[in-house]
Amino acid sequence: MTEQDFDIIVIGGGPGGYVAAIRAAQLGMKTAVVEREHLGGICLNWGCIPTKALLRSAEIYHLMHRAAEFGLKVENVSFDFSKIIERSRKVSAQLSGGVKHLLKKNKVTVFDGTAKLLGKGKISVDGKTELKAPHIIIATGARARVLPGLEPDGKLVWSYKEAMVPTEMPKSVLVIGSGAIGVEFASFYRSLGADVTVAEVMDRILPVEDIDISTFARKQFEKQGMKILTSTKIEKLEKSAASVTAHIAVGGKVEKITVDRVISAVGISGNVENIGLENTKVKVDRGHIVINEWMQTGEPGVYAIGDVAGPPWLAHKASHEGVICVEKIKGLADVHPLKTENIPGCTYCTPQIASVGLTEAKAKEKGYQVKVGKFPFIGNGKAIALGEPEGMVKTVFDAKTGELLGAHMVGAEVTELIQGYGIAKSLESTELDLMHAVFPHPTLSEMMHESVLDAYGRAIHF
Amino acid sequence: MPHNVLMPALSPTMTEGKLAKWVKKEGDKVKAGQVIAEIETDKATMEVEAVDEGTLGKILVAEGTEGVAVNTLIAVLLEEGETANDIKTDAAPAPKAAAPAPAAPVKTVTPANTQSPAPQKTVALLPQKSVAPLSQQGGRIYASPLAKRLAKERGIDLSRVTGSGPHGRIVKSDLDKAPVGVAPVKSASPTSSIDAKALADAYGIPYTLQPNSGVRKVIARRLLESKQTVPHFYLTVDCELDALLKIRKDLNDGATDFKISVNDFIIKATAAALVKYPAANVSWTDDALLQYTRADVSVAVATPNGLITPIIKDAANKSLKVISNEMKELAQKAKDGKLKPAEFQGGTISVSNLGMFGIREFSAIINPPQGAILAVGAGEERAVVRNGQLKIANVMTVTMSVDHRAIDGAVGAEFLQIFKKLIESPMSLIL
Repeated sequence: MTEQDFDIIVIGGGPGGYVAAIRAAQLGMKTAVVEREHLGGICLNWGCIPTKALLRSAEIYHLMHRAAEFGLKVENVSFDFSKIIERSRKVSAQLSGGVKHLLKKNKVTVFDGTAKLLGKGKISVDGKTELKAPHIIIATGARARVLPGLEPDGKLVWSYKEAMVPTEMPKSVLVIGSGAIGVEFASFYRSLGADVTVAEVMDRILPVEDIDISTFARKQFEKQGMKILTSTKIEKLEKSAASVTAHIAVGGKVEKITVDRVISAVGISGNVENIGLENTKVKVDRGHIVINEWMQTGEPGVYAIGDVAGPPWLAHKASHEGVICVEKIKGLADVHPLKTENIPGCTYCTPQIASVGLTEAKAKEKGYQVKVGKFPFIGNGKAIALGEPEGMVKTVFDAKTGELLGAHMVGAEVTELIQGYGIAKSLESTELDLMHAVFPHPTLSEMMHESVLDAYGRAIHF
Repeated sequence: MPHNVLMPALSPTMTEGKLAKWVKKEGDKVKAGQVIAEIETDKATMEVEAVDEGTLGKILVAEGTEGVAVNTLIAVLLEEGETANDIKTDAAPAPKAAAPAPAAPVKTVTPANTQSPAPQKTVALLPQKSVAPLSQQGGRIYASPLAKRLAKERGIDLSRVTGSGPHGRIVKSDLDKAPVGVAPVKSASPTSSIDAKALADAYGIPYTLQPNSGVRKVIARRLLESKQTVPHFYLTVDCELDALLKIRKDLNDGATDFKISVNDFIIKATAAALVKYPAANVSWTDDALLQYTRADVSVAVATPNGLITPIIKDAANKSLKVISNEMKELAQKAKDGKLKPAEFQGGTISVSNLGMFGIREFSAIINPPQGAILAVGAGEERAVVRNGQLKIANVMTVTMSVDHRAIDGAVGAEFLQIFKKLIESPMSLIL
């Protein structure tokens, strides 16, 4: 076995791992990344990015159907399913190549293979090459959670992976789970004309979002023709040659739904297996590596970032953790632990959903007296001009201090807006700072201003 | 190559200070780590050490100069073989008082416009590592909007808060650790809710004004904070001193290198009692009771500038002789304003003794974050009743002020019982 020494080795080349590696290289550390499949990880290859490409096709297709509304004539609207999938794959391939280039530019050594911790700062790659470093960052990510009875088989029951590269368009789809992944696929397949049913175990869809947002989204989905079932339990899936019959317990009865495909989107679990954790003191709790605020594990010199280290399972959280972890290792002075409440979350269904911080209910649960502002898209000039009058911007403030506790949005382009509140939150803005900020006209962002004003009874346009 | 010596920042918010004294003269040789000057902040005199070896070539700011901005060029160090002729102070202009400098200045590079063929290296001084109370010199305080508002609402003086945010910015979480109720906001401070000066003017009462010294302001702030935020209760006990006075006389008779006072016994007994009964050696924090594993006794000393409390550390493990001599030295330094922060910051309990003024008993204000303070009255002959007989004994009354959040009544009482026993049977204190 050959042996090579590094300052930092990152296991996993996803948005956590490759960002950590680039930051480490910037700080002058000799850095290696070990990646078993594709640089860019799930995010870039099987998650965030290719789904956005798919949803863009769905969005344009949807708009083409609305052409007459805008005074345009489009005839014989149709789509080539394989081309949609092909474009999505191309986007992923382009970006994965980009990551490879960035790592090369920063002189990060990339090892293709599966890493295994050997203890004492050593890892092996495919059992052939041995690498050594005082600091090892585990960024192995996560995979779809598998529930008994709902195991994806790759044919009739899909995980996100198969749902992203189907060879033919299913006529009907049952999506189990209404988190971000579930509703995005539901939106995609519905937009292209499939009959879509969403089954959620909780009493509402998008259960982590503010109740006003999830209620609003549900109405929109139903208007689009989706069937939404909440407080459900999947009793069993009966498979036949080309379809699946799901027995769904809902409201004391069992409903039978037969669909072409089932998409299982019931959460994810960390990739903690077969990476040699048994050779270390790294602790694992319910499928995720236990870390402290500096991403340190139970084993000195071993760190974990991103999905493998627990929720929220977001690429930007992984990247940020990677940077903090590396800067702390380097001993930089101005390093600060990540504040979960400042991490925005985005869901790219139609309508889009974006949020940061506490929901109104969570804030009350934490004992805050709250001031809540709401502003509807119908009161915004730009929204009307865009033909997107459906949506809402909700803000939650601490009544005592004026601290922005949370912001929740549903509607067109809100995923591009949320970072405004994200910045406000990380700068610890109060309602006054937001009120004093000038929002440009005409933009959707004006609704963010109005929502803040509304929380204090001062909204102008509604 | 001559090295520039700059005025150091002793705390993140310090923008200027007084150059109290030059310990080294021009021409003196200086080694790295040697104290070359003393700088006064609002609370203490801090020693500053040289980072490099050399000869003190030129002093540019005379001692006694007040309001010297941080980063001002105050002296130049010469390397071996260099003379004062090598100094080109004009080539390295002193940076203007900048935004708050980092608390521990590191080597900085001279501005690039230096024309000198041998560019001068700028060397900052290393302040003593103790953290001085943050100065309030009017420099901009960086704080988030939310932190500013919370500070106003809670009456927190932001100049005393250390920021943990980006670039040392004060953020919300820093305020959770900050002392409350000490903002110099008029309406928030009961002491200033009635303006004594305005009233005196209105009633025609004659007066003079003496500006408050930094020390005076700190005392006012700390004690106000203590009385407003610490729930005090008081326990009083009489201790007979006859045995102690006899042992003290025996020890001191003929001794030339020490003279033990009654107060030295009290310091030792306080520490010994805490060691025997650690439940009283505690501080309250919101999350946990802080249980000290060493007894450090802060001893109140009156100085011309006001009260200060030098500390006898680990007093339980020091002999009376050591305590006595240390105390004399600390008291003298306190009177001279020479105490280093490490000598008066900390302590796990305080002792205040007004016996020399004939005060029979009094109660003192706790010195936060400590859990208790002993107020010691005069030892005097009193009539005591023992077994139905009236007798004369030397008696001293001690009143302990206790932070009820950290120490309950019975705990305080039990501590005092142990203390009393040690005072009344003092043999164990001289072991």
